[in-house]
Amino acid sequence: MPSSFLDEARDPLTIAENWMKDGKDVAIATVVETWGSAPRPVGSHLVIDADGTFHGSVSGGCVEGAVISEAIEVIGSGKPKMLEFGVADETAWQVGLSCGGRIRVYVERLG
Amino acid sequence: MDPFALKTLNAERRSRRAAILVTDMGDGRDRVVKEGDLVAGDLGQAIAKAFRTGLSGSVEAEGRQFFLNVHLPQPRLVVIGAVHISQALAPMARIAGFPIEIIDPRTAFASAERFLEGSLNAEWPEDVLTRRPLDRYAALAAVTHDPKIDDYALKAALDAECFYVGALGSRKTHAKRVERLLAMGATPQQIERINAPIGLDIGAASPAEIAVAVLAQVISAFRSRGLAGKAKGEAA
Repeated sequence: MPSSFLDEARDPLTIAENWMKDGKDVAIATVVETWGSAPRPVGSHLVIDADGTFHGSVSGGCVEGAVISEAIEVIGSGKPKMLEFGVADETAWQVGLSCGGRIRVYVERLG
Repeated sequence: MDPFALKTLNAERRSRRAAILVTDMGDGRDRVVKEGDLVAGDLGQAIAKAFRTGLSGSVEAEGRQFFLNVHLPQPRLVVIGAVHISQALAPMARIAGFPIEIIDPRTAFASAERFLEGSLNAEWPEDVLTRRPLDRYAALAAVTHDPKIDDYALKAALDAECFYVGALGSRKTHAKRVERLLAMGATPQQIERINAPIGLDIGAASPAEIAVAVLAQVISAFRSRGLAGKAKGEAA
């Protein structure tokens, strides 16, 4: 088997698949849009299990906490959510991006 | 996300094949499109472009909004020959985002003193490429001039459909090389894919300039993957 060059121990989508095989409930968050100086590019993933364990990132650590609590809700309801984060003082969310950028994050349940 | 889609996507990624997860943002349904799969209409065009650029993003097609998450294998550059050009190419390739592997069985050339970066293999290409086979997301540049070292790797690169195959040497040198590759079983269509003389035609003279020409040609080939015709210039 040729080396895939994938860092499987840290790859969020591989971890999500392994969690699924272990029978865990999993949510996948994906950066779907960015404006300004967003820290992670479109397509980046954060994966979360029902206990709040997570891997990957959708920002430089600024909004992961909020995404995780939304993700646990999404795992419960099964309904995907679109979250938007901007500069801290101008958004409905409690958290923001200190870099001044804005991002949209799609959160969905696996399965 | 559909569990089957995730499994399919990860299997493609592990096999170093390109794939796009297409999510319909209206109903959340998703599917995996593999490179080469036919998708009709505006969505198909957007997918083809995404495979080429590697950029993920939203597209509107057929009155619906889709998110395309593009997963391309990390492209890598394999260089046969630990020569002066390769010394200049190693740092340039790293900066441009192509991990470089240098292979040369001549230990005097493939020495750690001469190469401060890149993965260096003082072995025959036959041995290294059996362990770490070439694939469609590898570029191969053969720069030793020595048939004993270059030829096997060139044939392997053509068979693996590397997105770029280049060989250093004059037209005369290349004409002899073509004869040898034909004798090894390469088809004329395969041989057409070899960029020889190597590098974009920028009038490169020094080893570092030739390295720039080679890297530019590798980038051009990578960004035009799947397009008709080949990105070909000439120099060196």
